[in-house]
Amino acid sequence: MSTLNVNGRVHTVDADPGTPILWALRDTLGMTGTKFGCGAALCGACTVHLDGQAIRSCITPISAVEGKKITTIEAATDGSDRVGAAVHAAWVKHDVAQCGYCQSGQIMSATAFLKSLPRGKQPTAAEIDSAMAGNICRCGTYARIRAAVADAAKALA
Amino acid sequence: MLPNLDRSDMPRALQRLMTRGGQADQTDQSATLPRRSFLKLAGAGGLALGAFPHLAMAQANDAGALKPTQQPSAFVHIAPNGEVTVTINRLEFGQGVQTALPMILAEELDADWSLVRSRNGSNDAAYHDPLFGIHLTGGSNSIKNSFTQYRELGARARAMLLGAAAARWNVDVATLSTQAGTVLGPAGRKLGYGELAEAAMALPVPEKVTLKDPNDFRLIGRPTTRLDARAKSSGRQDFGIDVRLRGQLTAVVARPPVFGARLTSVDDSAARAVKGVKAVLRVPLDRGAEGVAVVAEGYWPAKQGRDALKLQWDTSAVEKVDSERQLAQYRELAGRPGARRFDADMAPLAAAPRKLEAEFVFPYLAHAPMEPLNCTVQVSDGRAEIWAGSQCPGLDAAAVARVFGIKPEQVKVNVQMAGGGFGRRFSSTSDFVVEACEIAKAARAAGLNVPVRTLWSREDDMRGGYYRPMHLHRAHIGFDERGKVLAWDHVIVGQSVTAGSVFEQFQVKNGIDATATEGMRDPYPLPMRLTVHHPKLNVPVLWWRSVGSTHTAFVMETLIDEIARSTKQDPVAYRMGLFGDKHPRHRAALQLAVDKSGYGKKRLPAGRAWGVAVHESFSTVVAYVVEASMKQGRPVLHRVTAGVHCNLAVNPRTVEAQAQGAAVMGLSMCLPGAAITLKDGQVQQSNFGDFTVARITDMPQFDVHIVPSADAPTGMGEPGLPPLAPAFANAIARLTGKPLRQLPFNLA
Repeated sequence: MSTLNVNGRVHTVDADPGTPILWALRDTLGMTGTKFGCGAALCGACTVHLDGQAIRSCITPISAVEGKKITTIEAATDGSDRVGAAVHAAWVKHDVAQCGYCQSGQIMSATAFLKSLPRGKQPTAAEIDSAMAGNICRCGTYARIRAAVADAAKALA
Repeated sequence: MLPNLDRSDMPRALQRLMTRGGQADQTDQSATLPRRSFLKLAGAGGLALGAFPHLAMAQANDAGALKPTQQPSAFVHIAPNGEVTVTINRLEFGQGVQTALPMILAEELDADWSLVRSRNGSNDAAYHDPLFGIHLTGGSNSIKNSFTQYRELGARARAMLLGAAAARWNVDVATLSTQAGTVLGPAGRKLGYGELAEAAMALPVPEKVTLKDPNDFRLIGRPTTRLDARAKSSGRQDFGIDVRLRGQLTAVVARPPVFGARLTSVDDSAARAVKGVKAVLRVPLDRGAEGVAVVAEGYWPAKQGRDALKLQWDTSAVEKVDSERQLAQYRELAGRPGARRFDADMAPLAAAPRKLEAEFVFPYLAHAPMEPLNCTVQVSDGRAEIWAGSQCPGLDAAAVARVFGIKPEQVKVNVQMAGGGFGRRFSSTSDFVVEACEIAKAARAAGLNVPVRTLWSREDDMRGGYYRPMHLHRAHIGFDERGKVLAWDHVIVGQSVTAGSVFEQFQVKNGIDATATEGMRDPYPLPMRLTVHHPKLNVPVLWWRSVGSTHTAFVMETLIDEIARSTKQDPVAYRMGLFGDKHPRHRAALQLAVDKSGYGKKRLPAGRAWGVAVHESFSTVVAYVVEASMKQGRPVLHRVTAGVHCNLAVNPRTVEAQAQGAAVMGLSMCLPGAAITLKDGQVQQSNFGDFTVARITDMPQFDVHIVPSADAPTGMGEPGLPPLAPAFANAIARLTGKPLRQLPFNLA
């Protein structure tokens, strides 16, 4: 038995301690907003926050996160988080998603990035690219991702 | 499985499926509608124009005899609260039809757009493509083929609502009008569609409807946010992979290292010991292969179980393809006589004042949609139901039926939102659906009467075949000092994507698969001889976003550019000269891209060059003018200006997204590592670490401009892809003086 603190709730999970957080979330807790893309930390579709840092949940075992706080897309965009709400709003405004499958991970990466900036600091284009380089979008929504991240940063200033 | 397919089951219209030249029947502007074909049923207390699925199913045999817009349908439902739910007859996998089709219907219905919702259809006959007579999503056909269909559905529903209002107020229907979900009557009277829906239902479906004058459109043509934008920006959008049925188990499959190989021994003792593993099943796989499915309570234990299997394979009976050897074979084949697609006189070649010889090589490519392949299957006696992001539920339903020995009418395909596809979810053999059904069948035989979801890992997907085929092109061109082509001798070598599938009989003519040569020669007036070879190899291949144009556009547009360059002509002026007055859409798209980019006027920063390409695919023309440079020996794409001619743009916001997205996939083809290769029969790549796809750091600045047009819309899912790589290559060739003739780019 492992315990997982997800979005402020503590869950007891009956799974092998080596099970990646991704599968505990999706198959055990039924939280499917976090997506499976590569299983090898290469595409970023599974990005969640661990104590506020963006991590790849597909390679992080549940045994490694005991006592730490996991935040998923469901909580980041439910309006309770100022930065997550700004990113969500920018994503809708810019109509970023095409198939949408990678966008949970994109939004989690963007949110962690914007949270890491000093209050009021506007990221450069190169900083946005660098922060988002670990997230693949096969539909090629990158132009709108750039615009949405910049817009969210402006809204938060 | 293919030899067992009963071809008489395939609808007649399927013959036109892959020709893609045809426009949708636009003559139906005020179609006559047999009353029997529109069943009016009260669904959840409102107006439902259409039939319950089981009724439509029962009439499926009749459907083939009906005109598209006359088929029993279930497309629009208006709830008492005024919410309008539109069912889409396509797979939504990013291309935006889930928003554009409701826009088209809502336009004629005069709906309040803020109250319009969308839902997915099924393999129900109602959702057949009106042109092809089978439920499919491909060939950039969704809007092109369903534009008139959805307009008429909206217009008929509106007419019934007007009739209901006229009866309620006891006035002549001619005195009424509609506006944003409301019927307006004399003396300021108003009724919402939701209030009228039930009464409207009782009225006959009008046989004739008059469609709006396009000048009066208020939704069509307006940049509109996607209906799924919020759900897809919050993790709330479910995809096929997210389907969770009661008691559902997950299967992960050990597939052979070489396509089609069989098992010699299975030691599953360690796999069975993995906690959560429920069954280990030996199952028949695609292409006569065998494999082992591990069925467990979730993906992770299933994968742990698969990793613990000890398997031995017999690969002696199957061909083991080696990419290097294959290229040598293709080169040898290119020198032999073969089938002719075009057959111009090559006599002027020998004496031509200028000559150009070129060889092009294109690798296998994986579609690599972000959502790995998956299919969930539930079986009960005499029925089967699947949940899948399927591009061809019609074909897949027939395949499911064959696995379980039931009739296609006993199969329901629940079409799921899909995380990309690019052609992979339109499997010519229904491979991933059949595999999931074989596993569900074996699980049932083993006593597991539960739904089974078969889920592919990324490695399974990369190594699973059904690639864009490897191709070799050879060109031998004779031209004069002014760039006039005197003779163009061309050879294409590559596997046919339809050979061995049900589509072969429709698509392959005189030994040539038309999908391999589309995009060759036209629209340029060139005396071309085109020879085609389709070798058969043990690598499954499939259409891949923009199909033949993935390679033909690169060959044509880089060679045309090279002729212009070597005769010191401007590449835009040279192309315009060849188009003459015969290709106004090409001219308009290219001119728009030229004008908006500043080409020929703006000075580029040092080290940058212009590149140009224009290509028509799936009836849409896209032109790119790009700026590129070399940075530390690496080609960099800085800026792209697109000129798009897709006739009427239903949702310009989606047209922009599709042009950009398809171009990014075209850009991916250029990047180092964008190739699937085989050694000793085994695929050498496995994941995004060794199969490159473009990332945000590769993305150029990208502006899309649409040529204004009121003509019936053409597709946008694919046409943005083909011209990107050649435009980029042409810019790099201008900088280095050396043409690029391989994808991914090879600067050696």
